[in-house]
Amino acid sequence: MKKVLCAVTALLITLLPLTVAYSAPDGDIEALRGSTLYVYNWGEYISDGADGTVDVNAEFTKKYGIKVVYDTYDNNEVMYSKLKGGGVSYDIVIPSDYMIERMINEDMLEKINFDNIPNFKYIPEKYRNLDYDPTGEYSVPYTVSYVGLIYNTKMVEEAPDSWKVLWDERYTNNILMFNNPRDAFAIAQSILGQDYNMDTEEGWRVAAALLKEQKSVNPVYVNDEVFLKMEAGEAALAPYYVGDYFLMKENNDDLAFVYPKEGVNYFVDAACILKGAKNKRAAELYLDFINEPEIALANAEYIAYGSPNSAVYDNPDYEYYENELLYPEEGAFKTQLFKNLPPNILALQSSLWDDVKNYNATAASSERALFFGDSTQNNIDNGEAMTPVTIKYGICIGVFLLLCLAYVIFRTIRKKHREQY
Amino acid sequence: MNKRTSAGSKLVASPYIVWAALFIIAPLFFVVYYSFTDKGGAFTLENVQMLSKYLPTFLRSIWFGIVATIICLVIAFPMAYIISQKTDKVQRTMVMLVMLPMWMSFLIRTYSWMAILQDTGIINSFFSKIGIGQVHMINTGGAVILGMVYNFLPYMILPIYSVMAKLDYSMVEACQDLGGNRLTVIRRCIMPMSIPGVVSGITMVFVPSVSTFYISQKLGGGSFDLIGDVIERQFQQSYNYNLGASLSLVLMILILISMAVMNKFSDEGEMVI
Repeated sequence: MKKVLCAVTALLITLLPLTVAYSAPDGDIEALRGSTLYVYNWGEYISDGADGTVDVNAEFTKKYGIKVVYDTYDNNEVMYSKLKGGGVSYDIVIPSDYMIERMINEDMLEKINFDNIPNFKYIPEKYRNLDYDPTGEYSVPYTVSYVGLIYNTKMVEEAPDSWKVLWDERYTNNILMFNNPRDAFAIAQSILGQDYNMDTEEGWRVAAALLKEQKSVNPVYVNDEVFLKMEAGEAALAPYYVGDYFLMKENNDDLAFVYPKEGVNYFVDAACILKGAKNKRAAELYLDFINEPEIALANAEYIAYGSPNSAVYDNPDYEYYENELLYPEEGAFKTQLFKNLPPNILALQSSLWDDVKNYNATAASSERALFFGDSTQNNIDNGEAMTPVTIKYGICIGVFLLLCLAYVIFRTIRKKHREQY
Repeated sequence: MNKRTSAGSKLVASPYIVWAALFIIAPLFFVVYYSFTDKGGAFTLENVQMLSKYLPTFLRSIWFGIVATIICLVIAFPMAYIISQKTDKVQRTMVMLVMLPMWMSFLIRTYSWMAILQDTGIINSFFSKIGIGQVHMINTGGAVILGMVYNFLPYMILPIYSVMAKLDYSMVEACQDLGGNRLTVIRRCIMPMSIPGVVSGITMVFVPSVSTFYISQKLGGGSFDLIGDVIERQFQQSYNYNLGASLSLVLMILILISMAVMNKFSDEGEMVI
């Protein structure tokens, strides 16, 4: 498989100069030669030339003579904080749907001139003007994908079909969990049948209580370590993005993937131009370039997420052509898009997430009955009573301080005693 | 300790004064400013009131810091003593060996502990080969403390060693002349004289241990939230600079208090920093 892939990409590389030769750049593009374009993207989210793949940024520079400065981030919130904090200026960012909505609302994005992006024709109607960008003026879809459940067939007894397996005590210590609030809450919300974008505070509190309860199986909160842990067989179950499952599967054949029946998050990451971009014309060239069939194909095979580019997913040579996990039939399972949350809910979400992370595992087991037993959900204790952990650490530190104090007093007395002679 | 303050010495000090004002005083001012304002910039005590919610995290951080510091001290003191007793050439080599891990990135070293400690990791595969069976080590409080001890141990060894290496050996001889055996010499002579090194070692281990965030995330599996994790999350994820700043402010005050207490310990009354 790898060899075939290499051969295909090698062929593509040899073909690239030909395509370059045939598209004679016009005058204003020629004027951009020697300028610099600043791109801010997710980590591991572009074909970078490793293992004989196409190095997209280098090809772009080769074609247009525009230098690409490329930085990466781990998640939308980090990217947002960095842009808001000031001190950085990028031309292009590739955030997810709900973050694009937020950035449009906060006037952080520039309108794109689609006349400069002829390759936008490859993006079909169903990926245009989605909820996050209803007028379709701000974004060019980059990837479309789903969250699902990755599991190790050697470590789970029966193939799971529900998110509830992440609360199953048989897999204590073997469960991974998203280390970011939005994705973690989405799993609890799916189980509870809630809307991911609900604006009732009570609903979020119920979801947080369910996440707290998960502490009884001692979940490990991970970001990119999920690769290391799933490939090594260190964990049995992990919710993650479907594209990354293919990458893990290459290193560990025992892994399998399922879309849980309660529903999953469907997301679109799209490229946008930032307000105040210094090199807007070059940014549009870049957006056009990444949608060229060969480049988009190289990216889609490297990232292994679904591509919204019809020249890619209709191409029979594409490695994931008609892959039923990446391109499932519409309505095969429940999906929900994230939307931007109002500020009060966002603040509540962060605060609740801190509570979840802080929650004590031993207390969690006694509350298990709340969701999987018969009792109703209404009597969840959200009070901020002293937990046993607080008391335990408090006593430890207190004893330590007392010992220190006793020692100091002892020394002072001894010193005084000695000075008498 | 009277210092002459001539125009010349002021001139020499001026680059540092500018540096301190720009990168120490000004950021401190920002921390205080953000702590007592809300997102709009109006004065508020809301952030300070939120602190009670993070009390368990504070206590856990302090406790982990204390435990890591004590373990470091117990390992580092004999180690520093042994090194200081060797010949110059051996001493240089051993000090270099202590510092050698610090040439590699702190992040990489912590990440590799994950591979060592995990259930399918190096230690556990060895255990299962010799028939002991698996011991669950990763994602426990112990793993977090191990990470702290491993990463910050050099900061304990080096100050103690540098004090011991410069010890006035005639004191030790006097102690021996007065009939002290090896243990007495260490207890009554070397230990009291190395207190300044111990005090600065404790400070240099305790402060980074209390405020660390990476170690707890990787080795604690995200289940042992330390105050550093919470602060990092406020800045990176939640975009809540105000709460993050007020947590940092409390952490700073705590550290200052503990350093003031540590200074009481040092017999000579010298300042630690």
